[in-house]
Amino acid sequence: MKFVDEFRDRGLGRVLAGEIAEAVEPGRHVKVMEVCGGHTHSIYKYGVDDLLPENVELVHGPGCPVCVIPMGRVDDAIALAHHPGVIFTCFGDMIRVPGSNGSLLEAKAAGADIRIVYSPLDALRIAKADPEREVVFFAIGFETTAPSTALTLLRARQEGVKNFSCFCNHVTIVPPLRALLESPDLRLDGFVGPGHVATVVGARPFEFIPDDYGKPVVVSGFEPVDILQSVLMVLRQLSDGRCAVENQYKRVVPYDGNGAALKAMTEVFALRPHFEWRGLGFISQSGLRISDAFADLDAELRFEVPGVRVADPKACQCGEVLKGVIRPWECKVFGTACTPERPIGTCMVSSEGACAAYYNYGRFARDREVV
Amino acid sequence: MTDVVAPSGREEKILGIIETARGKRPKFRDPCITMAHGAGGKATGTLIEGLLVPAFANAALDELGDAGIVSVAGTDVALSTDTYVVKPLIFPGGSIGELAVNGTANDLACAGARPLALTLGLILEEGLDSAVVREQVAVMAATATAAGVSIVTGDTKVVERGSADGMYLNTAGIGVRDPRARLSPSALRPGDQLLLSGAIGAHGMAIMLARGEFELMAEIESDTRCLWPAVDALLDAAGAHLRCIRDATRGGVASVLNELARASGVAMLVEEARVPVDPAVGGAAEILGLDPMQIANEGVLVAAVAPEGAERALAALRAAKAGERAVLIGECRTEPTGMVLVESGFGGRRVMDQLVGDPLPRIC
Repeated sequence: MKFVDEFRDRGLGRVLAGEIAEAVEPGRHVKVMEVCGGHTHSIYKYGVDDLLPENVELVHGPGCPVCVIPMGRVDDAIALAHHPGVIFTCFGDMIRVPGSNGSLLEAKAAGADIRIVYSPLDALRIAKADPEREVVFFAIGFETTAPSTALTLLRARQEGVKNFSCFCNHVTIVPPLRALLESPDLRLDGFVGPGHVATVVGARPFEFIPDDYGKPVVVSGFEPVDILQSVLMVLRQLSDGRCAVENQYKRVVPYDGNGAALKAMTEVFALRPHFEWRGLGFISQSGLRISDAFADLDAELRFEVPGVRVADPKACQCGEVLKGVIRPWECKVFGTACTPERPIGTCMVSSEGACAAYYNYGRFARDREVV
Repeated sequence: MTDVVAPSGREEKILGIIETARGKRPKFRDPCITMAHGAGGKATGTLIEGLLVPAFANAALDELGDAGIVSVAGTDVALSTDTYVVKPLIFPGGSIGELAVNGTANDLACAGARPLALTLGLILEEGLDSAVVREQVAVMAATATAAGVSIVTGDTKVVERGSADGMYLNTAGIGVRDPRARLSPSALRPGDQLLLSGAIGAHGMAIMLARGEFELMAEIESDTRCLWPAVDALLDAAGAHLRCIRDATRGGVASVLNELARASGVAMLVEEARVPVDPAVGGAAEILGLDPMQIANEGVLVAAVAPEGAERALAALRAAKAGERAVLIGECRTEPTGMVLVESGFGGRRVMDQLVGDPLPRIC
């Protein structure tokens, strides 16, 4: 594919890997966190880890939107889906995420009308095609997906669609990063910044990372060459003793973001005082609700939602994995009680989740030969 | 920066536990049937290997081949069945009737048996337009003629409106096992070469797009076709060197390779860059975040061949109908047992696992 294959070029990858090996100070172990689940997925899919020297470690961050949804919210989603007359729509990744009593997939088997959509506009289309039914969209994701939800709600309002509403679980990227940086057990040297989120919010919001915490950030694209180049840029900042926000993904990310998308979000969403994150607990001003002006399209107001907080399973260490404190295989239940077939924590569910990605792709330690 | 950490023994231990777990027969413990059990991935495996195989225990079933082999008066007869519940009934490149004939014929072919005769079970929904039934019957007749099989008996049932998506079909077929080869999923040995008969992912992607759930437009046609000519060519060229042939349907090439690696206790190394994927299929898969290796095919086979027969097998496959784009995609190794590894075009390696359930589009 044109404009994609160039960023998957084997030769270019080798060159960058060589430069990375030279850029890292010998005898040191550098930990760089890739914030976004999309990066984690690419790293495993292309085996980017294999090309890095032993002393450069990529730590998978909290940027998988599916992974951070707490159990209680999944339970709420299932309750909405079971509401008589409701067609419940959600993204494919969400359907297997376990709540405290089963997943949406099991709710579907039990009779709930649950449909997978690729975009919130598909959900709106279903609503228009079936005006007798109530259609609820399970909105999740960072600033990457929030604008499409915002535009869908604007369109629903504009077209006067009465049988459509949104169960809003959108979150923002800066508060969890700040929470992470405040964490006393954190051992990170720098960040590969989330390219898709930055497409919307720009690179500027990440300036607090170098300014307040003295760590380098490089906003990165998602192809393997992008990721290697970004790691190299982080290492160069470290060896130069600098820290700043740099933009590797200039072909897509404007430094100040996408004004139109941000405007739509401001119109449709309002900040929640606090929102619970799976494994990370409550983080203030980290979640979005539907604004008062669009309250009639808020599923949480239109239907009765249990809203019961459910504690994460005791054995599950998703929080530590998301903070980069432990690696997936260091979790007590990883690969034994918690597997992609029977996940305990959300990190094991989505293909972008650090644990699922490690389980599926990374189980073969790089120093072992295939004979 | 922190100091260099010592390599951990715990990671190795955990990897060991996972590898051991993979080698064990899966248990069927799910509280109810979900759509994942029908997707041809791991959940389907738990249903088949965890419930059906132990319940019906017999040597022919234990092989878990595409067809069961029964001895009838000294002749090895291959017997296979498949049920077709595709939605929509007609899609770019084919229809349910074509699948029903080719699918079962291909299961026989991949067991090394020329398909001879089929049975047909029709489950029709009350209210279904007769024109649809007529059309599919005509399609089945034509497809059977082209594949050289006869539909020799059948059954019809009608169910109430809402109990079936228009039409469900079941076909069962028999064929006589060809004397030129003994194929078995457990026959693979380290050094065996892995051949793929053509470009992958077309059928599954054509169906996904035809359902209209994603607003994606692409000219992708199902690859449904009869594989016997390709199998016949392989048997002719490499007979005794052929280890196993599998039809890469539900679960895609990834499921087939994993099943074979596990059944034979070998490792596999596949070069991703060699696997042919049409640009439209690759593009749609990219957008939906799916791996073409895990998408269903209806006219692609995977063959494992001993190294000494590989070159001739590949040449024969390329000369055969439906095998023009055949390629060598990788080979069997010794370790790590039961696992399939892919070398990405970028140069890194990863494990190619089976899907748990349906291929689900990623959100970003």
